[in-house]
Amino acid sequence: MLGYVLLLLIGLAVVSYFFARRRAIAAVQGKEHELHSRPSYHGAYVAAWVGIPSVLLVLVWLLLQGPVIDSLLLWSLPIGTTDGMSDGQIDLLLSEIRSVAAGNIFGEPSPVVQEAAERYQSWKFIARWAMAGVAMSVALVGLILASGRISPEFRARHGAERILSGLMIACSLIAILTTLGIVLSLLIEALRFFDRVSPVEFFFGLNWEPQIPIREGQVTAGGAFGAIPVFAGTLLIALIAMAVATPIGLYSAVYLTEYAHPKVRAVIKPVLELLAGIPTVVYGFFAVLTVAPALRQFGETIGVPIAPNSALAAGAVMGIMIIPFISSLSDDAIAAVPRAMRDGSYAMGATKGETITKVLLPAALPGIMGGVLLAVSRAIGETMIVVMAAGIIASLTANPLKPVTTVTVQIVTLLIGDSEFDNPKTLSAFALGLVLFLVTLALNVLALHIVRKYREQYE
Amino acid sequence: MDAKVEAQPTVRVQAPVVAAKKRDEASAAQHDVKLAAGGVNLWYGEKQALFDVNLEMFDRSVTALIGPSGCGKSTFLRCLDRMNDVIDGCRFEGEIRLDGDDIYAPKVDPVQLRARVGMVFQKPNPFPKSIFENVAYGPRIHGLATSKSDLEEIVINSLTKAGLYEEVKDRLDDSGISLSGGQQQRLCIARAISVNPEVLLMDEPCSALDPIATAKIETLMDELRDSLCIVIVTHSMQQAARVSQRTAFFHLGKLVEVDETSQIFTNPTDVRTQDYVTGRFG
Repeated sequence: MLGYVLLLLIGLAVVSYFFARRRAIAAVQGKEHELHSRPSYHGAYVAAWVGIPSVLLVLVWLLLQGPVIDSLLLWSLPIGTTDGMSDGQIDLLLSEIRSVAAGNIFGEPSPVVQEAAERYQSWKFIARWAMAGVAMSVALVGLILASGRISPEFRARHGAERILSGLMIACSLIAILTTLGIVLSLLIEALRFFDRVSPVEFFFGLNWEPQIPIREGQVTAGGAFGAIPVFAGTLLIALIAMAVATPIGLYSAVYLTEYAHPKVRAVIKPVLELLAGIPTVVYGFFAVLTVAPALRQFGETIGVPIAPNSALAAGAVMGIMIIPFISSLSDDAIAAVPRAMRDGSYAMGATKGETITKVLLPAALPGIMGGVLLAVSRAIGETMIVVMAAGIIASLTANPLKPVTTVTVQIVTLLIGDSEFDNPKTLSAFALGLVLFLVTLALNVLALHIVRKYREQYE
Repeated sequence: MDAKVEAQPTVRVQAPVVAAKKRDEASAAQHDVKLAAGGVNLWYGEKQALFDVNLEMFDRSVTALIGPSGCGKSTFLRCLDRMNDVIDGCRFEGEIRLDGDDIYAPKVDPVQLRARVGMVFQKPNPFPKSIFENVAYGPRIHGLATSKSDLEEIVINSLTKAGLYEEVKDRLDDSGISLSGGQQQRLCIARAISVNPEVLLMDEPCSALDPIATAKIETLMDELRDSLCIVIVTHSMQQAARVSQRTAFFHLGKLVEVDETSQIFTNPTDVRTQDYVTGRFG
């Protein structure tokens, strides 16, 4: 039904486009140059007035139809039926009515429910046809009003362009609103968590043991929500990743811009950027099945015990993953240093190495910093590699050979499996997520700011 | 404020230059040959840019290279400190002797050569570092200063010689890019002379500057000429006439004529030179 209505509306818009075009041409007896706007603008203008308001109306209708029918149903029940019922029980009653109406009858529904189900059925039927009818009439009114304005002087192009820019604003708003929604949902859940666990314990506590009993009689630890070990683990792995990625990324960028033959560069650069396209889950396999055992074996031969899920393995593989972020942005930054800087340095009798370290890198430093910061925020937020390769137990250590856990790993483990969404264990995931979000957001903003400031320097 | 400071010298500029030139044109021939190019041919890939150029440039005098765009004068200038080496597909043939030694000989390191032959570019190109660091760059990489005070002395000396010290002495730590265009170019000159080069190459050093800044640079060249061999590429024939003792006219990659500047501008022997200096083409 809904699909047909939408199809019909779109069809109507298309038809009215051609209709308006022809009318515009007819309005000047075929002498198109006498029209202020080209006929297709008249068509687009009318089509927009036919299509957009009616489709919007259908969307709003769908949003409101459920709640309106529900409250009508409750209101129509015999007086006293819902007295003394909690919100949850009322919800239950409504869904019983709905499922009876849909024909899924379990046992013997009470006459009140049966009656209500019949009412529900008929109201839904009415609502459906009413929606179709109203939407069609809105479309028709749009058609009549808009096509009534067609005349040689009518500035349809201006109208059509205004509508188009409105559509574009709406699209960008969707992205912004989504971000806002994510932040809000995180924030609300995190606040619920901080109702139950004090922020002081969360931000400064040294003990992270979120296993609390979720049903009576379960034997677990008491539950402790000091997130410092989790943050420290994240930091450790991110540091290892950066220690791997920064030199490799930077040196490959210098090689690519200053030393590589253009043909070599044309091959290496895309291949290097391919690293960013490998699914992180594949990196995870690589870390668990290849790097970690190799490290462990190496540790055994030199007599150093290395945990199978050491921070080193996870961090190193993550470092490989973020190389392209650093190499690509540094490459751009170094290449953007004007040729005049190189000439100036060479003319002073500087060698290639001196030119790179003393002129090019300092000049490109803001761009390189931007790349590094973006890479850091990526490393902190990365999930799959650490879920597969890092540990789960939160231990506070700076030893990269020991297992540590990260914020993302904790969020995943807290939210999988059976859990209620109103105990501190699950809610703590939202608090962690909020902190993670704020940190990466701050890093991104900082990085973009630095990169942009740098762009202005030579222009 | 800058305008007031820079406005003063314009009036002073002309007179000493003209007077100095009279003195030098008479004695130019007595100076030693500093740079001598012999049979220079140069190709960018398949395209030949210079054809058998032979030119002598004298010590303690200014040689101007003039000619229409694309005539090869900048290319020739860049041969003199082997800056063409860094360009892909560039091939050089011939010899250029600095104090009698061929700078294209296999044993010559272009890096060391460029410490003896400084260069100033068309567009001011200070490094994005402080004013002090810009000038200290050369002395540092060539190890000319053993102590911090040595280095400071070199920097202050070079800035003074470039006529910039008084304007920037209170803000040596500011970025070189924060200066005005004319100041930036004088900073680049200070940078170039900080390593005591014997030759200073200038590639249209004033084409991005206003007349006041240009006048300052020209005065400066006149002062620097006392201790240096200066070779300047310029599009402005007035500038060539004002600052140089000898002028070389290039056309289509060939050296057409070289002579005393006054000779070139008043009584050239080649008809192409005459057409160019009288503004009939180019």
